[in-house]
Formats: sequence, structure tokens, C-alpha cells
Amino acid sequence: MLKTSAPADLAAIAKQMRREVIEMITEAKSGHPGGSLSATDILVTLWFDVMRQDPANPKWKDRDRFILSKGHCCPILYAIMAELGYCPKDKLNTLRKLGSIYQGHPDVRFIPALEATTGSLGEGLSLAIGMGLAARLDGSPSRAYVMLGDGEIQEGQIWEAAMFAGKNAVDNVCAIVDHNGIQLDGFVKDILDLDPLVDKWRSFCWHTIEVNGHDILAVQDAFAEAAATKGKPSVILARTVKGKGVSFMENNPKFHGTAPTREEADKALQELA
Amino acid sequence: MATKTKYELKPGGATREAFGKALVELGASNPEVVVLDADLSKSTYTHDFGKKYPDRFFECGIAEANMVAIGAGLASSGKIPFVSSFSVFLLNKGFEQFRVTAALPHINLKAVGTHSGISIGEDGPSQMSIEDLGLACSLVGFAVLCPADEVSMMKLVKAAAAYNGPLFIRAGRAKASIIYGPDQEFTIGKSIELMEGTGVTLIATGLLVAESIKAAELLEAEGISARVIDMHTIKPLDRDAIARAAKETGAIVVAEEHLVDSGLGVRVAQVVAETHPAVMEFVGVQNTYAESGSPDQLLDKYGLRARNVADAAKRAIARKS
Repeated sequence: MLKTSAPADLAAIAKQMRREVIEMITEAKSGHPGGSLSATDILVTLWFDVMRQDPANPKWKDRDRFILSKGHCCPILYAIMAELGYCPKDKLNTLRKLGSIYQGHPDVRFIPALEATTGSLGEGLSLAIGMGLAARLDGSPSRAYVMLGDGEIQEGQIWEAAMFAGKNAVDNVCAIVDHNGIQLDGFVKDILDLDPLVDKWRSFCWHTIEVNGHDILAVQDAFAEAAATKGKPSVILARTVKGKGVSFMENNPKFHGTAPTREEADKALQELA
Repeated sequence: MATKTKYELKPGGATREAFGKALVELGASNPEVVVLDADLSKSTYTHDFGKKYPDRFFECGIAEANMVAIGAGLASSGKIPFVSSFSVFLLNKGFEQFRVTAALPHINLKAVGTHSGISIGEDGPSQMSIEDLGLACSLVGFAVLCPADEVSMMKLVKAAAAYNGPLFIRAGRAKASIIYGPDQEFTIGKSIELMEGTGVTLIATGLLVAESIKAAELLEAEGISARVIDMHTIKPLDRDAIARAAKETGAIVVAEEHLVDSGLGVRVAQVVAETHPAVMEFVGVQNTYAESGSPDQLLDKYGLRARNVADAAKRAIARKS
């Protein structure tokens, strides 16, 4: 699959990636479909259009970095990286099984092209900042992208990291909050409300960009605005729909961490045809 | 390896000061070395590096978890980061970050905790790290070092920078007697036999190495021949030296400024049990938190002195079958 900037092409890829996610998690009989589907359009845009990378040379020093801090949503990352040639496509359906490189959460021991081992929420932003600082020291154009869950940013370490990056103007870091409004125990607003979310990031000296995370053109513009912003780190606050693309998964807390049955998967795949 | 029956201890500085000096030297010799601190740089002595190499020094504020994971990010981009704070904060507050962002991916991150043990003195028990060796040893793939004096600290910090993998170094606040001459060589994972002996082996780390040398002299005056080993590397442990000591002397005392529940002693005991079972005694902090006081008062009260090591040695010898 070649890289593309055409929104229609990116949308077609996103649909295919959503199908892969459903297949992988159904086969695994466990996993987190909701947050993979909410992140799909953003991550497809990032990986197939925005990031400087070379799948043939995954350790290229000046590559852009991506960290999936909400590591439980790794099925969408695996599907994208496999499509781009970083890891084998024909093994995607071994997700979560003994001996698979496709671990239940991202693990660099199994896939060296991953930038970070994640799964304990709250750590990825700090990692991205470290990578951003290294790029700054080296005079490298490399940027560090990190996707955070909205429930994830309840973790205190996120705000330690936000304070650090704002104070130190780590402007080669771009965070994306996949703001789908749902976490494991229910709706984010009921469990530990994040509002006023934009004000929080602004008060930590971040450049904030609000966007509909399923509008690919708008997401492209958001990444361009982040890259053009100097003197501040950027955060893209992406309003998304948990389970996006599958009617019975959309906004349904059940599908945060439950695999579809085979029948549900077939129905989902019909909707994503 | 110099093995003597008499050892001359000289007054020396704290191992934290030697850590700071080693960092400054590393800064000059290796441009990839970067240093992070959490608002304690004047106490950990990383501020000397920060003054000399401001671009490579990151003041993280009072936010240890973030500091550890930023360090891991720097390491994964090819830097050699040293993250530093008091041991008690670095390992207790940063443990989860060490586990997932450094140990699991086996990242080349160096952690140095100062103000370890009870010899920090007046600040009291919330500041006293008595479980850091246990915590660090439970990070898979970490090397864990506890140098006894300024010479070994200088050399082991440099060895740490050259070592490929995650690593923790324990440093102290109190002044430590100088044990080594300037030409002594140190290898991570290889202990140093400081004194020969046949009746009992004193295996010590950190401040308790000098105490064990003095203990061996007390024992010698009573006609007991004690071997003294500086176990500066807690992990990977020098299994050969331990097995040899168990076989040749039949009695082992482990001495450390750490909880006996999770420090060097239990790790040595495992090797002894697996190789040549021998009687053992353990000198350390015994299931308690200490209190404010001067370092000397605390070491006396909590039983971390030469006479405590010597008494333990006599108990062990008495139990030999």
C-alpha cells in the first residue's frame, strides 16, 4: 500500500483497517475494538500521509516517531504497520495468541519497529518528550507523535509531562487525544470528567487544535497546523466516536474491551464492506 | 586484585559527590550522555554536570515518574541518560515507569539514587531508602550496583555509561571511607576480595564494606580468619565468588544498609543454597523504619557497625557443624 494524501484514498484504507481490526479481535476472542475504531481515521491519516518514515529502514535516525500510549488499542496500530510492511500481514490473526509477535499490548521485544512498549496508561507522553528532546539535541527534523486515550489522561503522569513539555517548549512533540468519551467502567464524564479539556492543555502552555477525528481533511489540516507551530508543543483534541463504523459498537461502553462474537463480527464486516 | 590481611581505610567523600564528578568527566568524553534530575540536583550533585553542559541537562521538577519515562524516550533515541534523585523517590515513585518503559524493552537507561540507606540521618525515615536494592533487582534485566567508596563510584559510573542496558546505582549521602587505590579496576558483576580468610566470609556492599573490613580486624584479634568481599554488583551477582566462599569458609555473613528482607543477603543466600549450603547470618535493617538522628547514631542504634558484623560472624561460626 502506497502512501497517499487523497482523503478518499485514506478513507478507503481506513475502512479496510477497520475490517482488519474486527477480524483480529474476533479471532483473538478478546481485545479492545471500541478504541481501535475511534482512532482509525486519525492513525491512518498520520501513518499513510503525515509521518516521515521508511518501512524498509525502520530505524532511520530522522524518522518521525509514533507511540500508542493507549496501548490496548494496538490492533489498529498492528493493522496499519502490517499494511505498510513493518510486520507480516498474514500473521495479524495470531493476535494475543502464544508465540505471536502481535502481543496484547505493544511490546518492542516482539516488533522492533515499534517505538515503545506501552500498556500501562499515562507513560507515552513522557516517552515522546524524551524522543523530542533527543531530536532537538541532534538537530534532527524528527517529530514525535503520541496518541493518548481520553480516559488515560486521568493519569497524573500525563500532567507532569504536559507541564514539562510546555515549560520546555518541546515543539516537535504532537499529542493526539482520542476523545471518544468512554472508558472501561463507563462514560468519562461520569467517572472523572476532563472538562474543561481545552483550557487544561492551554493552561499547561500547549497549542491546542480541536478537530472532528473522523473528518480526514480536517485531521490533515490539524497535523499541518501542529507541525507549523513553533515554541509550543501541540495537542490535537480529536472528538471521536467509540466503535466508529460499526453501528452496534458506536458509543457502546460494552465494546471498550469485549470482542465481538462471530455473528457480530460478520454483521460488522457487512457494515464495513 | 589486591588481597591483604591489613587494610588501610582513609577518610573520603560521599559516593554522591563522586557520582557528580564522574558525570562531569563523562560529559566531556561522551556527547551522548544526558542527565535528568527532579529538583534535587544540588543534593545529588548532578548540578555540576548541569552547569557545564546545560543543553544536556534536564531539570524535570518534582515529577519523578515523568523524569524516568522521559529518560527512557531519550535512551530509545540513542542517548545515554542518567536519571537521578534520592533513591527513595526515584525507585518508589518511578518504579512502574522503570518496569514498563525501561526494563520490558531493555532500554539503555541509567538510574542513580542518592541518599540511600539510613545514614542520611536527620531527615528521617520517609527519606530513607531501605528497599531500593530489592526493587531494582526485581526489574528484569537491570544491573544493580552499590559502590562502597568514591573510587569505586567514579569507576562504576563510567562503567555504567559504557554498559549496554538498564542499570541502577545506589549512592549515599554520608562520607564514606576510601577503600581503594586509584589504580583499582572494577568490572560490573565481578566482586572484589579485599581480605583473605578461611574461617568465615563477610560479604558486604556500600557503607558496610568498610565496617566489614574493621570487623575482620576485630575478628583477627580474636584469632578468627575472616575473608572480606566487596559485592559492589548486587545483580548480576558474582555467583562464583559466593560459591567459593561458602565452600572454603563454610560460614557467611552478609552486611548491608538495607532491609534484610529484600537486599543483598537474600540474594546471596539463594546462591549459597544452590551451590554449597553453609551457615549464614544477616546484618541489615530488620523489618523496621528508622528515625531521625545523626548518621553515626543511627548506624549504632540499628546495628550496622563493625562490631555487629563481627558478632554475626561469631554466631555463624558457632553454628558450623
